[in-house]
Amino acid sequence: MGQLEKLLRERILLLDGAMGTMIQRYPLDEFDFREGHFEKHHKSLKGNNDLLSLTRPEIIKEIHRQYFSAGADIIETNTFSGTSIAQADYDLESAVYDINYQSAKIAKEVAKEFTDKPRFVAGSIGPTNRTASISPDVNDPGFRGVSFDELVLAYSEQINALMDGGVDILLVETVFDTLNAKAALYAIDEVFEVRGEKLPIMVSGTITDQSGRTLTGQTTEAFLISLSHMPLLSIGLNCALGASLMRPYLQILNDKAPFAISAHPNAGLPNEFGAYDESPELMGEQIEVFLQEGLVNIIGGCCGTTPDHIAEIARIAIKYKPRIIE
Amino acid sequence: MKMLKLSGLEAMSVSSETNFINIGERTNVTGSKAFLRMINEGDFDAAIAVAKEQVDGGAQILDVNMDEGMIDGKAAMVKFLNLIASEPDIARIPVMIDSSKWEIIEAGLKCIQGKGVVNSISLKEGEEVFIAQAKKIRRYGAAVVVMAFDELGQADSYERRIQICQRSYSILVDVVKFPPEDIIFDPNIFPVATGMEEHNNNSVDFFRATKWIKENLPGASVSGGVSNVSFSFRGNNMMREAMHSVFLYHAIQHGMNMGIVNPSMLTVYSEIDKNLLEHVEDVILNRRSDATERLLELAETVKGKGKTQEKDLSWRNTTVQNRLAIALVKGIVEFIDEDVEECRHLYKRPIEVIEGPLMDGMNEVGDLFGSGKMFLPQVVKSARVMKKAVAYLLPFIEKEKGGKKSYSGKIIMATVKGDVHDIGKNIVGVVLACNNYEIIDLGVMVAPEKIIQAAIDEKADIVGLSGLITPSLDEMVLLAKEMERAGLSVPLLIGGATTSKVHTAVKIDQHYKTGQAIHVIDASRAVTVVESLLGQKKETFVKGIQDEYQTTREHHARHLEQKNLVSIEKARENALRLNFDSGEIIRPLKLGKTLIESIDLNLLLSYIDWTPFFRTWELHGKYPAILNDEVVGVAASSLFKDAEEILQKIIKEDWLQTKAVVGLFPANSVGDDIEIYKDEQRSEVIYTQRTLRQEAKKATGQANLALADFIAPKSSGIIDYIGGFVVTSGHGVDEKVAIFEQNNDDYNAILLKSLADRLAEAFTEYLHEMVRKEIWSYANGEILSNEQLIQEKYQGIRPAPGYPACPDHIEKIGLFELLDAEKNTGVFLTENLAMLPASSVSGWYFAHPQAKYFGLGKISQRQVIDLIKRRGGDYEIDKKWYNSIVLD
Repeated sequence: MGQLEKLLRERILLLDGAMGTMIQRYPLDEFDFREGHFEKHHKSLKGNNDLLSLTRPEIIKEIHRQYFSAGADIIETNTFSGTSIAQADYDLESAVYDINYQSAKIAKEVAKEFTDKPRFVAGSIGPTNRTASISPDVNDPGFRGVSFDELVLAYSEQINALMDGGVDILLVETVFDTLNAKAALYAIDEVFEVRGEKLPIMVSGTITDQSGRTLTGQTTEAFLISLSHMPLLSIGLNCALGASLMRPYLQILNDKAPFAISAHPNAGLPNEFGAYDESPELMGEQIEVFLQEGLVNIIGGCCGTTPDHIAEIARIAIKYKPRIIE
Repeated sequence: MKMLKLSGLEAMSVSSETNFINIGERTNVTGSKAFLRMINEGDFDAAIAVAKEQVDGGAQILDVNMDEGMIDGKAAMVKFLNLIASEPDIARIPVMIDSSKWEIIEAGLKCIQGKGVVNSISLKEGEEVFIAQAKKIRRYGAAVVVMAFDELGQADSYERRIQICQRSYSILVDVVKFPPEDIIFDPNIFPVATGMEEHNNNSVDFFRATKWIKENLPGASVSGGVSNVSFSFRGNNMMREAMHSVFLYHAIQHGMNMGIVNPSMLTVYSEIDKNLLEHVEDVILNRRSDATERLLELAETVKGKGKTQEKDLSWRNTTVQNRLAIALVKGIVEFIDEDVEECRHLYKRPIEVIEGPLMDGMNEVGDLFGSGKMFLPQVVKSARVMKKAVAYLLPFIEKEKGGKKSYSGKIIMATVKGDVHDIGKNIVGVVLACNNYEIIDLGVMVAPEKIIQAAIDEKADIVGLSGLITPSLDEMVLLAKEMERAGLSVPLLIGGATTSKVHTAVKIDQHYKTGQAIHVIDASRAVTVVESLLGQKKETFVKGIQDEYQTTREHHARHLEQKNLVSIEKARENALRLNFDSGEIIRPLKLGKTLIESIDLNLLLSYIDWTPFFRTWELHGKYPAILNDEVVGVAASSLFKDAEEILQKIIKEDWLQTKAVVGLFPANSVGDDIEIYKDEQRSEVIYTQRTLRQEAKKATGQANLALADFIAPKSSGIIDYIGGFVVTSGHGVDEKVAIFEQNNDDYNAILLKSLADRLAEAFTEYLHEMVRKEIWSYANGEILSNEQLIQEKYQGIRPAPGYPACPDHIEKIGLFELLDAEKNTGVFLTENLAMLPASSVSGWYFAHPQAKYFGLGKISQRQVIDLIKRRGGDYEIDKKWYNSIVLD
């Protein structure tokens, strides 16, 4: 059993909070996304947050630092859109390796600054912006905007770069199409075989609304079964819902999953301006409910959460025992 | 212990508490003719509806199978899975991706977001392939069905079943780290009550193996196709339903937890009549040695509710007119003479028996055939009854004079000049005769002037041409021109294996402006075409054909523009460059010619590929599944039984003589040519084989192939080898066929010809194995099943001149001279280079491990000019041999 597996049985581990929300606090313009790397690029790059790991590494490092200081055991790399498929919108497929390698590297540098307890870096692997199991064209249901093979190729590139950069965990997150996630796991297994080394894998899905299904129609249990062929460190849910709405689906995972369970909900639902504004205290209260029930092993935050949210969750989490893993 | 869990949009768990998991299998092209048709016609809406019905009907897993030679299985699998993914009512259950082709399985796995099942893998091709496939399946996140099959074949005993399942399980769990709960064994359900003693314990063996698996291979499930068990009671549904229930009842008791069961072919176990139950259980559980006989006896009494069997004589208790009709529909010759005799006295004139009851019966046959309720072999049997009846009446009609049978039309039929193949033509003739057309059959190798003369002399209404080899296509074009010149206007029907609608529209129709040429795809279409041509609506029909052919021609022209040929020089630059060293080249054990005089036909039986045999009879489906097909299964089984009977006679009474010659020679390639040498010193070139090279534009990494690429180039200094062969099983066929025809027995005449063809192919397969293992001896360790041989899993190839890899028929002349084949086998080449007797095969042997079959495709005129020049021929004379392959 690895260090992480051991820790998971001893206490509830803390994941970090949102990256995007924190980046928004900095007044950045187009040049911040280009300097030193993409100055002559023909497309607007503002908003392509993953590039900041290259152009403004100090900002990203500072955000990581704040989360570690708030008590996070695991922070996520700034690579949510770091696949050639997602970067194709900016014609930056060629930057994928650097984004992932540098993001991993700077996150590890920050982790090493903290010596009080073990700190881990999870390579964030987003869902891409295409879906392999539904058609983007309502008139042609048999069509697919991306193939399994294309996804495997794109994910492999990201995973290799993340591993080269030294991440401790791979986190396949915000899964809205299970087939995309299956391609990510396929790529991971293949890359592990080629490299002859393995890392713990976390998977986190997104239940889109209160129908209890993923965007592509799977129930929580079907989602779990479809991804259980790999020996995962944890399976869980993130995004879309706030903590209290996420609870019934965490209960299903708690009943059925042979792995540790993670949750990183949003700070409530978006308000009329599209911002997440649930306070750390309010979110903490809701999370305390499922910590009491012993539903999770790993807890953190998604959209709208900040180091203050994580600090609040950390304060609560220390009172409870982790969920017992079979 | 973990349990098997699967998912579609929703979860599905299998545990000891869950009832039997029912797998829906109507979305399977090999099991459902209707589904195959939908896929073939691209009617995916209907195909989705079938899937929906399956789910609504309670299927918990959806089996999807697209394994059919005529469709692009991979594309069909992907399209269908993508479409049902958008149907939440269907996508909620897990998918079982069912294929014998790994590439289809893998394509399917890339489409499903849930956890599905692969059906199936096995140790058939050894551990390496098995491990590689299992590893990938786990990586894709699917469960797997493992067949009890290994390198030696399918497990058919208790011991073999458990031995193979144990071995598969150990490899999967220990080597591949496959989750044990994701393994599903299919330990082979085989028929019982077949009359063969070695089958009596089939069910018991299955039950015991199931129990053993559940006790010894923790986590694994057991599945199977239940309908197989009642195979020998086809046609007696009541019996089959009882057998399925009993089998399932006991199988579940022993631990079978999932399977393919047709719910409409199942009765409730507790509702089976006590006496029937006891008899069925005696058979299923093999409780007494006479169980099969007792069940058969009982079957006679319960069959009233099922379909009638041949031995049932109750049909004799009706009027003689009805009896004649029944005899015709069922193809029973046994009582025909006495019934006709009885009938003759009821009518004033003997001709009235033909025009009355016999024609009524044949009309019924025609209707049943037209509506798809009868199949070709059954119709040919009906025709045999009709011919016998007419033959019986003929002397009386002649005595009476003045009585002449009136026909609906007169049709001239012929296999064209230079071609000897006539099975298809004979079938069409019989079917048309059944529908009251008078057939003037001119036979095979008929010169054009003879066909035209007959059409004029006989005042024929239609001329029908047939041919199998590619030069026959040109003969048909020639004949069309001659018919136009002779001022004929009768419709010209075109049929046979190499003919096509496109060729007829583009090449033949144009030259017969005075009449109409029509391509007829098969015998069942011939009747409708002829009826339309001779009926009231002829003009509308012909207009329709003309429009269709015009569209075909336009389409063809457009298609041509899109065809991309690179130049022959470019193609040669992109030739395949193989490695030739000691590992690749093996010196033949015996160089020179080897004669094989008359082989024991029993040796060939297991080499027969039956699927094309059924295709000859227009029964489409793979053997042996076709025997169980819901639509053609009964017809196929009956034909198969007749074929086996006649095959036994062929063997016991020495009807056919087989002969073969093999030659293995030193050889080297020089460009696209292959030089064949007298000896290994290469002192003399005894023949130069000219090979043709693919000229189509290839994807990167794909070579433009020619057969010469598989032989080491002379410039390499390495000596290589090539082989040639001529095989025949056709001596003696014509004599026997003549006897059948004298007896008005077209059915057996055609049957014998089609079997002789199969034996020639089987002999070829056998001989190739002999070459690989003994004469050449480059693959002496090879162990392959017949199925694997059919799938061409062996090392090396045996392309035949006139077929896709070397469409050049002229090469046959050189091959025959090289082997002195006329003298050694008695096989001759006709003027158009067909082999006579027809049941013969010739070809080349290439042994290189990377030699593979390919299709030449279209080539440029420049290559043909170059080839003829290399051979020293005259382009104007020889170009006709290449008409069908030159892009024009």
